[in-house]
Amino acid sequence: MIRFLINQQLVELDDTRADLTLLQFLREHRKLTGTKEGCAAGDCGACTVVIAEPTPQFDGLHYRTVNSCITLMSAVHGKQLIAVEHLTQGNTLHPVQQALIDFHGSQCGFCTPGFIMSMFALYHQEGTPNRDDVLHALSGNLCRCTGYRPIIDAALSVCGNTPDDAFSRNTPSTLSSLKQLAGTPLLGTSNLLVPDTRAALAHAIALHPDALLVAGSTDLSLMFTQQLKDVSTLISLAGVKSLNGCTANEHSITFGATTPLSDLTQPLLAHFPQLAELITRFASLPIRNQATLGGNVANASPIGDMPPVLLALNAVLHIDNGTQTRAVPVDAFFTGYRQTALEKGEWLSAIEVPYLTQNELVAAYKISKRMEDDISAVCAVFNVTLNNGKVEGVSTGFGGVAAIPASCEALNSALKGKQWASSECLNIGKQILSEAFAPIDDVRASAEYRKTVLANLWHRFWLEHQNTSQAGSHSSNKIETRVVQHA
Amino acid sequence: MRKLIDSAKDSASTQVVHTSVKHESAARQVQGSAKYIDDLVEPHGTLYAAVGTSQCAAGIIETMDLSAVRASEGVVDVITIDDVPGHKDIGPVFEGDPLLANGEIKFYGQPYFAVLATSVHLARKAALKGTIKVIPTAGVFTTEEAHKHERFVRPTHKFGQGDADTQLATAPLSCKGHLSIGGQEHMYLEGQVSLAIPDEDGRMKVYTSSQHPSEVQKLVAEVLNIKLHHVMVDMRRMGGGFGGKETQAAQWACLASLLASRNQCAVKCRLPRSTDMHVTGKRHPFDNSFEVGFNENGKIVATKVDINGNCGHSPDLSDAIVDRAMFHADNGYFLGASYIVGHRLQTNMVSHTAYRGFGGPQGMIMAEAMMDAMARKLEVDPLTVRKQNLYGPETGTTTPYGMEVEHNLLPEMIAKLEKDADYWARRNAITDFNRNSPVIKKGLALTPVKFGISFTAKHLNQAGALVHIYTDGSIQVNHGGTEMGQGLHTKIAQIAANEFGVSMDMIEVTATRTDKVPNTSPTAASSGTDLNGKAVQNACITLKQRLAQCFATELGMPEQAEKVQFTAGNLVLGEHQKAFSDLVQAAYFDRVSLSANGFYKTPKLHYNRETGDGRPFFYFSYGVSVSEVSVDTLSGEYCVDKVDILHDVGNSLNPAIDIGQIEGAFIQGMGWLTTEELVWNNDGRLTSENMATYKIPAIGDTPKHFDVKLFGRENAEDSIYHSKAVGEPPFMLAISVWCALKDAISSISGYTQDPQLDTPATPERVLNAVMQLQQATHSQSVQNAQQETQ
Repeated sequence: MIRFLINQQLVELDDTRADLTLLQFLREHRKLTGTKEGCAAGDCGACTVVIAEPTPQFDGLHYRTVNSCITLMSAVHGKQLIAVEHLTQGNTLHPVQQALIDFHGSQCGFCTPGFIMSMFALYHQEGTPNRDDVLHALSGNLCRCTGYRPIIDAALSVCGNTPDDAFSRNTPSTLSSLKQLAGTPLLGTSNLLVPDTRAALAHAIALHPDALLVAGSTDLSLMFTQQLKDVSTLISLAGVKSLNGCTANEHSITFGATTPLSDLTQPLLAHFPQLAELITRFASLPIRNQATLGGNVANASPIGDMPPVLLALNAVLHIDNGTQTRAVPVDAFFTGYRQTALEKGEWLSAIEVPYLTQNELVAAYKISKRMEDDISAVCAVFNVTLNNGKVEGVSTGFGGVAAIPASCEALNSALKGKQWASSECLNIGKQILSEAFAPIDDVRASAEYRKTVLANLWHRFWLEHQNTSQAGSHSSNKIETRVVQHA
Repeated sequence: MRKLIDSAKDSASTQVVHTSVKHESAARQVQGSAKYIDDLVEPHGTLYAAVGTSQCAAGIIETMDLSAVRASEGVVDVITIDDVPGHKDIGPVFEGDPLLANGEIKFYGQPYFAVLATSVHLARKAALKGTIKVIPTAGVFTTEEAHKHERFVRPTHKFGQGDADTQLATAPLSCKGHLSIGGQEHMYLEGQVSLAIPDEDGRMKVYTSSQHPSEVQKLVAEVLNIKLHHVMVDMRRMGGGFGGKETQAAQWACLASLLASRNQCAVKCRLPRSTDMHVTGKRHPFDNSFEVGFNENGKIVATKVDINGNCGHSPDLSDAIVDRAMFHADNGYFLGASYIVGHRLQTNMVSHTAYRGFGGPQGMIMAEAMMDAMARKLEVDPLTVRKQNLYGPETGTTTPYGMEVEHNLLPEMIAKLEKDADYWARRNAITDFNRNSPVIKKGLALTPVKFGISFTAKHLNQAGALVHIYTDGSIQVNHGGTEMGQGLHTKIAQIAANEFGVSMDMIEVTATRTDKVPNTSPTAASSGTDLNGKAVQNACITLKQRLAQCFATELGMPEQAEKVQFTAGNLVLGEHQKAFSDLVQAAYFDRVSLSANGFYKTPKLHYNRETGDGRPFFYFSYGVSVSEVSVDTLSGEYCVDKVDILHDVGNSLNPAIDIGQIEGAFIQGMGWLTTEELVWNNDGRLTSENMATYKIPAIGDTPKHFDVKLFGRENAEDSIYHSKAVGEPPFMLAISVWCALKDAISSISGYTQDPQLDTPATPERVLNAVMQLQQATHSQSVQNAQQETQ
């Protein structure tokens, strides 16, 4: 049984198809047609809704946007689902609704409910957002009419005030309703299994060896909404609490596999600020609110953005089968196109990333047609360890250049011992990278472009990390290398 | 009526035109209560349609096996072209668009059957189960191949002035260029959708997301083999159109109607996004070239432009689209002796169709390409060359198609924006920056727009309206235009409120319906407000005359009726005044008709296509924009940093809506020229088939500095309140982005070379252009060094 609040009303779904999306539930079951379908693939945001969930201490609510078209019902268990229809109180528009009207921010209006929900979530965020914050918050919403300027202005005008709406006023009662729900476990439905322990998960997999494991569902759902495939059984990882969260020790930080990307952004960037641009350009905020790090890794897509990061940072993957765990270096994990080292009955449980030393220079670059919410034509992550100005080691991770997320050992062996500041390091690196891979031509880029850009990204990396006594500090007269400065 | 309700008193009437009234649906849109077709309450027993599509681009259909489709869960009906009782072809102007594949496959993804099932999901699943055996024929996909095989959807057309060949041969300087111009997916957020509801005895009601309800009505009637008066089409609002729903919404309405008629139940046909992208036409890709002769001062003496539209498999609207490309190959410039030729190439692609600008952008970009090429050759700033060649007494005032350019605003507008946006200071700063920045290069460009307003098919320049006044004084307005977000209904309501002197809440603009206003034109060519606004105004004038007569007679001054004024919710004659709603009730009891229709046709239009001479346009709309970009010469990535726009909408009916149109059009045009890349594979299959692989501008692409100002000069022609059309012209302001990118790249050559930058200028194309110039500059300096040593 899935139990949740839709606005303030308790809903209990007894027997629901495992592949039912929030969008289908709202539009078809509830006839709440304010939420729109633009693409059914999580790309346009017309279907954006907000899920509110209690903070761990139950002292407040955390509002996050998701793409309802690719979010499965199991994701709202124990939470509050808020759609555009729930914002107006009587005849009074919500402040974000009024702002969008006042700034002439809707034209055809089809994307508007999605924008409203993203603005609503931002409205409930702490702090006063600046223009970049607004862009990030609305990065998952496409508008074909306005050119966005009035929407940005509307969001800037209304977000950042202390929230004062029915939702903030109802927080105590919402929390108490959710607290009651929290006691009831998410129970499986006819074709959805929700194990709540490692052992139960192992048991479920043993019973249904062909069942797919689902966490964020941002990629898996496309099987249903785009390929129209039937699903016999899904095993949700949401019940296994040990898979979610982040722990740190003095050497490394470890992320549970089902930790959503937006939850790990802050702890990850605290240790690896060099990843800030890549993380903000990783899909869109609503996707990051759902998608998990483990999913991005176990999916083993050659164009995922996190595997190159983990390769360059020498991460270790923890694999579990319910009775024993084993650790696999990330570079041994990807065994072929969408193939991994996971054996039958195993799952990815955690991802451990060792901290950098002071001598490591790291940068993560993404090249795509569009800056926001696009899939990498090429993703390149470089990690160079220096010792007295000489290269001690180079570890790398690349996406979009091979059938698997790849690294380039040749770069390491060729540069070891070379003076970092020498043009040799630049030229050898470019030469090696331009020949290291045999990428393909596809809809995103040609093979030739990928090869050229890979070499040029090394050039960018080298330029950006000259005259630095230690990682992170740049000299004052550095050459400009970027067209956009990301926060 | 025996007794009337209390009349609504309206005292709050203020100025309603030329003010930024909110979009009439804004409050409903932000609440999610504005209904689109898929949101309507479905009639009991509604069934759902989906189409099965071909998996090859060209060939003769040998056999079709739809048994698995019929056997699929939930399937109620399956139809092919053989099941069409009436017309099998739904081509809008010329034949060529079968409702479903008819004996042959003409493009990859062509629908060849439709299936009806009990749910959307089941219909779409069943649609995957058709098999078809096709004897393949060689597909033709490019304009070059089509030329080689002499495949045209319509005959080639040409026009010009003077003897371009002779003048070119003797011109002191000349340059040539070629440009491959990409198409564009409309990506209306609401995909194609129709709901057909059978009415008694063969009649049909159709709710469709269409820019052209009258054409849907006609085609549904033809397909069903019934008369037009038995079909009613209703269109309240679209979730975006942009031209993509001008002709290409009809197919889904016809299929839904046919299935509804056969099965006597309501049928909804809503295309999933990817299918929508495969089966509907796009902005035409073009391959154009130019040759321009000029003197040492940079003044053009002769021009030849060769225009080649990739039309896809059928004519659709391509004849007029290629014509409009030809009409805009001059943009705002006098081309000297000119010769413009336009070819309509047939390829095995989906039939390309109307899209904001309607071929104009693909023609206009050639004029700007010429200006850049000339400037680099002369080694002067491109803005200087642009200004030198504007239409005017110094150059010439006759277009290549023989129309006089009157009331040209460009010289004044360019001068103003050049100053306001500080063009020359920024030019110097950028030149300095580029000298000291080896990786990042900045670019700057100012480009103008001159866009002809009117349908080039003269008969479409007409409109009708129907206005009712009810006995409480509230007014309902209907007209032939459709609302797709552009604010047409808001402007129409402003016009009606202004005419009657009442407040906006007294006006309701209803859904566009073919049974209210018949035989309408598509809402296209930026003409929605120009045509329908005048028609509504005319209907209002008729009603006002009746009401004024009633009022004047009541006062015993029937001869004074012409002096009655409608203002602030009242009728006023001298010192006499009466509330509008009270007068309406009096008029009702006096048996005065409170309903009137209005009609309008655009004056002054005459164009002889045989001789390529005349006045196809009522007037021109103008605009100017300055764009500044940064280009990363290592990756080809770029950022549009600053945009300043000055645009001419005449006397704006609604500044906020007009600015919204300008901003939105600019960003859409920027997408067309930058990130929006249509990719087809060698089999002719579209591989940029969803929003993950086809990238329209996202919120982060909005320039940080984005300043739009209205020029504010009233239209010299007698348009509605002397405003000007706004839908399409600002789309082409984005050409300044493309020119700015080329400017940044050109800096690598010290501004001596004009880079070859086909569109869309993706980071990959930009990097290629950068590398070409780097190599050319490198070999040039090697040559120079060698010469020096000799």
